[in-house]
Amino acid sequence: MNALLVTLLAPVCGALALGLIRPLRWAGWLNVAVSAVSFAAALVLAWTVAASGEVVGLTFRVDAFNVYLLVLTAFVGLTTSIFSRPYMRYVCEAGMTGERGMRIYHAMYQAFMFTMLLALSTDNLGVLWVAVEGATLATVLLVSLYRTPEAVEAAWKYFVLCGVGIALALFGTVLTYFAAQHVIADAEAGLLWSTLYRHAGQLEPAVMRIAFVFLLVGYGTKVGLVPMHQWLPDAHSEGPTPMSAVLSGLLLNVALYTVVRLKMLVDGSLAATATPQLAGYLLMGFGLVSFLTAGLFLHRQRDIKRMFSYSSIEHMGLMTFAFGIGGPLATFGALLHMLVHSFTKSAIFVTVGHAAHIAGTQSIDHIRGLIRTQPSVGWALLIGVAAIAGFPPFGVFTSEFLLLTATMQSQPWLTVALLTGLAVAFAGLFRHIHPMVYGAAPEGQQPVQANLLPVAVHLGLVLWLGLSIPAFLARWLDLATELITGTRLL
Amino acid sequence: MSYDGMALLQQFLLVLAALVLFSAFSLLAQARLVSAIHAFAWQGALVAGVTTVIAVAGRLPHLYFSAALTLALKALLIPWILHRLVRRLELDRHVESLWRPALTIMAAVALVIFSYWLVLPIVEQELTFTRNIVAISLAVVLIGLLMMVMRQQAVIQVLGFMSMENGLFLAAVSATAGMPLVVELGVAFDVLVAMVLFGMFFFQIRESIDSLDVDRLNRLTESRGDGE
Repeated sequence: MNALLVTLLAPVCGALALGLIRPLRWAGWLNVAVSAVSFAAALVLAWTVAASGEVVGLTFRVDAFNVYLLVLTAFVGLTTSIFSRPYMRYVCEAGMTGERGMRIYHAMYQAFMFTMLLALSTDNLGVLWVAVEGATLATVLLVSLYRTPEAVEAAWKYFVLCGVGIALALFGTVLTYFAAQHVIADAEAGLLWSTLYRHAGQLEPAVMRIAFVFLLVGYGTKVGLVPMHQWLPDAHSEGPTPMSAVLSGLLLNVALYTVVRLKMLVDGSLAATATPQLAGYLLMGFGLVSFLTAGLFLHRQRDIKRMFSYSSIEHMGLMTFAFGIGGPLATFGALLHMLVHSFTKSAIFVTVGHAAHIAGTQSIDHIRGLIRTQPSVGWALLIGVAAIAGFPPFGVFTSEFLLLTATMQSQPWLTVALLTGLAVAFAGLFRHIHPMVYGAAPEGQQPVQANLLPVAVHLGLVLWLGLSIPAFLARWLDLATELITGTRLL
Repeated sequence: MSYDGMALLQQFLLVLAALVLFSAFSLLAQARLVSAIHAFAWQGALVAGVTTVIAVAGRLPHLYFSAALTLALKALLIPWILHRLVRRLELDRHVESLWRPALTIMAAVALVIFSYWLVLPIVEQELTFTRNIVAISLAVVLIGLLMMVMRQQAVIQVLGFMSMENGLFLAAVSATAGMPLVVELGVAFDVLVAMVLFGMFFFQIRESIDSLDVDRLNRLTESRGDGE
């Protein structure tokens, strides 16, 4: 319990302190330190959960499913803060933002981390909603940090779309609470997920069905499901690069986590009706459409960060689809995919930040010859893209292979769609990446001071997960699978 | 919860709820910015009124607090902030008419009917007393959404957003007699922070496009990255 409180309170204190301190030199370091404290506490928490099964108290609930996401969130938060320290100094020196902007950036970075960790660890669906909405509020100022017309436009779009989406999710939450009130005597406990889950079989199916549609559309907006994805490429491409890394690596995961938790409730409620699979089919439909659409859109992109944000939509679609299929194999694959996608995508965004710095632009047409200019950045980008496209021996290959197997088992004819989608996305990524990393460098292109430690660590982990999943992690994912589907895989 | 013998209060409650719906329509069609803010403030006050009546009728003391919170936030504080912002942005006399008013209003009517149809399964549950209000609250949410789609002015879009929040609050009060306190406070905090951020954005938007007509925010397209 204490470890959880430290994990949560470190970012809160960090946000307050970083909003106040003046010297910018310290702010970056303090940001790293706070993230490190939070990560260390998350590790201790994971240890406790591994020993005791779950940590419950003060309306928090940490079990096998969310503990690994908590550790992942704190870890990506830490590595991104290590990257962001020198990167944001360059941004500040380049005059893209001022001292005030830097203070906002650091404070909001930690506030965002807090909302993510709170959303993952809380047991209360209402607090969960407040935290996810808080994540929008914390990041919206960061998207408009550079104050260019494009950045302001992206931030406005992000704010309005996610605000509307999340409002619909609140309506769904109210309906869930309504259904709960007929079953659970204690009104205060009516929004606790664990209580709801225990009584899921008694929740009125007709109400839960409507509630889930609202919840899926609402939180699905944050997952970036097509057609509610419009904000995502804009927010990713116009905000500062460390922000894109955490948005893609963490926020989308947390939103998907929420959808999965709610699906568990609805599945329980609909089990005895004529359409027990309704939630699963909805997820499969939305997921598949997002996956295929985003794969096609990859081809049309001219901006490197926009391209990778479409790749994020594609992968979130794939995971949503897999959770929709249900069953231990698909769920295990999707949980693994959440992990490797976060690692790979945040590594890619960090590398893209350096690449855009070298070329002085985010336009794909003008980024050329990265390997010639700075081999480390060029190779990191190439390896990252190979990993995200699902090349063996990287972890994304493993999880996508599991997902394909699961699809073949339960919905064989959809395998064709999945394989086509993977091939389309693969082609889309490589036709753009190839000229960027190879080819002749434009004259006068200079290497920059790049900190590739986070990238190396992330890609190393993805490689490790592709070659052999360590036993403790496999057990962990298996426990989470058991929690979600009721049966173990291994 | 016993609502027996509350005929008069019931009728009063239904009148208030109908007025909330009416205020949503008037908000949708308002051409003058300042009148729209006033309509929004009235809506907030009416929602607080509905909450108070439900608290009296159902003897639910914790709803008094919710009502006070709504009155302070939605009927006083947020309209006041918006008023100040509009004056500082010199938009007091801004007039912007609705695109095809008849069609838009018809769409809003369709949304109301849709809401009544959608909440039928909820109506079939026992809480018959407030069932009309659940439908009305969903209608207010959807009309707020429609407003955000149809109107291009940033301040009016924010009013639409806040009116959606009103609808959600009404839904929570009428369907479930209010959310747990911690959630209600959290939501109120989020709404307040959102309002402050919206205020900052008005200035950022005006700085970048010299107007608050968000229709002109159209630089981001799929071919972004072309001209650089």
